[in-house]
Amino acid sequence: MRRLATMTVAIATCGFVLTACGTAADDNGDEKAAAPKCETTKIEGDPQVAIAYDVGGRGDQSFNDSAYAGLEKAKGETPTLKTAEGEASQDEDEATREERLRGFADDGFNTIVGVGFAYSESVNKVAPDYPNVAFAVVDGFDPDKDQNCNVAYLTFAENEGSFLVGAAAALQSKTGKLGFVGGVNNALIQKFEAGFKAGAEAAKPGTEVTSTYIEQSDPKGFGDPAGGKSAAEGLYSDGADIVFHAAGGSGSGVFDAAVEADKEAIGVDSDQYKTASAKQREHIITSMLKRVDIATYDFIKSVEGGTPLASYNAFALKDDGVGFSTSGNFLSKDTITKVNAFRDQIIAGDVKVPEKP
Amino acid sequence: MKRLFYAVLPPVVAVLVALVATSAVIVVSGGSATSFISTILSVPDDRVLVNIINQSSMISISAFAAAIGFRMGLFNIGVEGQYIAGTTAAAFFGGSGIVSGPLNILATLVVAMLAGALYASIAGILKVTRGVSEVISAIMLNYIALTMAGYLVQRYGEKSGYTYITPRLPESSQPLGFSVVSGAPDVWALFVVAVAVGVGYWFLLSRTRFGFDLRTTGESPTAALASGIGVGRMVIISMALSGAVAGLVWMPAYFGSVHTFGTPENFQAGLGFTGLAVALLGRNRAIGIAVGSLLFAFLAGQSNELQRDGIAKQVVDITQGVVVLAVVVAYEVVRRRQARAEQEAVAARLDDRPTEGVVS
Repeated sequence: MRRLATMTVAIATCGFVLTACGTAADDNGDEKAAAPKCETTKIEGDPQVAIAYDVGGRGDQSFNDSAYAGLEKAKGETPTLKTAEGEASQDEDEATREERLRGFADDGFNTIVGVGFAYSESVNKVAPDYPNVAFAVVDGFDPDKDQNCNVAYLTFAENEGSFLVGAAAALQSKTGKLGFVGGVNNALIQKFEAGFKAGAEAAKPGTEVTSTYIEQSDPKGFGDPAGGKSAAEGLYSDGADIVFHAAGGSGSGVFDAAVEADKEAIGVDSDQYKTASAKQREHIITSMLKRVDIATYDFIKSVEGGTPLASYNAFALKDDGVGFSTSGNFLSKDTITKVNAFRDQIIAGDVKVPEKP
Repeated sequence: MKRLFYAVLPPVVAVLVALVATSAVIVVSGGSATSFISTILSVPDDRVLVNIINQSSMISISAFAAAIGFRMGLFNIGVEGQYIAGTTAAAFFGGSGIVSGPLNILATLVVAMLAGALYASIAGILKVTRGVSEVISAIMLNYIALTMAGYLVQRYGEKSGYTYITPRLPESSQPLGFSVVSGAPDVWALFVVAVAVGVGYWFLLSRTRFGFDLRTTGESPTAALASGIGVGRMVIISMALSGAVAGLVWMPAYFGSVHTFGTPENFQAGLGFTGLAVALLGRNRAIGIAVGSLLFAFLAGQSNELQRDGIAKQVVDITQGVVVLAVVVAYEVVRRRQARAEQEAVAARLDDRPTEGVVS
């Protein structure tokens, strides 16, 4: 019943927007004309930014911290910017997530960022009730067919970034064997795996990549360093000399395994060479960068500029939305040159990176 | 009157101790205790109030499941696994629409109970036939349930964004809720399941022969055996019963708002463990569990508000933990005090007795 009510509101809102815009069809008449066009979300007053973090929150040295960096940057430029933060806990229900968002909106925050795809459903339910609030979901998606005009889904071409570190790993590997550790076996993490494999194969055909996932569906896989460690240990003992992880907080276990086996590892999301312990960093040869900070910053800026981002916004290689790091000088000059060449090819569209392994 | 006082005093003291202890933690970590107290004791918004009522229904079902085990002398730490098993089976069954309309609700509840009962029986049977501690086997079964559920949903479910969910519950089987607070969302219809489980629990344990047998076995297995109760049979039956109730935990949310199942968005892991704590808090009494569930749901519901005041929401976990610990200690203190008072009363009466017959 409640769902029906929200759906009605959503349809009514979009229907209103449709009539308000009227002539959606006279744009170049491709398939986009079918989707109703949205009016720009009207924000009342100055932007006030609230960030709702995923499990782990600020201080995870990865995903959430990256979003915070984007917020800090925006605040640095506009010191008067009013901000608030909230954090998800491990075992919370959908209603609690919704309540977090509604609470921010009721308190006058008109720019709300949900960090992590777990906010997709809740934003979808909450957004129609607050038409004058601009929402964004990092890694988000629209779970139903009703378009939400005031929601931006900030997605990343993780496969492209992973392609680059895959190529770098293949070029640096001595054994010709690489490993991949995923936190949870879902379509998002499979994008990392697919890109990594494709990159390795492109740089050095015949490179063997073995993949393993810590959990099949339990989100615990992103916060389980012991699980990450045993997964990586298995890969190293099977002959892999470089392991790439896309496992959030479990990654520190992967680095520990690299230290103990005296092998190498690749970080994810942020430049993990900079945040890892002194022992670990000697083994982190590069990191796949996912610029959640840029996406968050861009979104806040778009609200300040009066035209909030809406719908799907993909941050790809060409937008600097993903990339690779060279901290610690582990990658040889030759490797960097070759990886950069791949980057140019991907940006030019000459190399297509798959999304599924 | 005196009994009521002794029953109510410990939980009240426990809550006060917990609030003081949490305030102390906040002050030590550089926060403001007054803003914590004023926020946590504030009247929740209408929406939050409804969330609290909804949450308490699931917490209480979970607590009753745990309490059935406790009264039998079994530590069913596997409520979580049975809850997952029941949910998975129910969500696949309910979403399939094999039975249509409102009847689907009833059928799905039966499936949830059966799945939970079957899953719990594994631990029960292992205990009786092989002497495996139900704690050990249930903990392991918790992991197996979660992994199995993940596998099944990914294999037979449908894709939603980056994850998989079970087929959605047909609209004809979605019951209307109760409008308790006007202007706020409805309270879930299957809140009544929690009430039914509570009443059933009270009736079964204190008004039936089976309940008497169960409590007797819990108090003293040897005495039960001597009086002709089949202890092994009782273990399996009560484990299954506990599991059947555990299978129902997610049902209010499933029919009330979620209509599907899949981790992590469309599920709430951990309710099975919350139930154990609340059963402990409520001393395995129906009223105690009802109040304890509301208290836990209330604290969790206020956590978002706390966060907006700049207080980490994890302090609520501290409060909940201290409440349980304090209540256990407080009840023990009261029990000893009561025992001593009774002894003194008896002694006093003995002293008053005329003594002439004893001498000479």
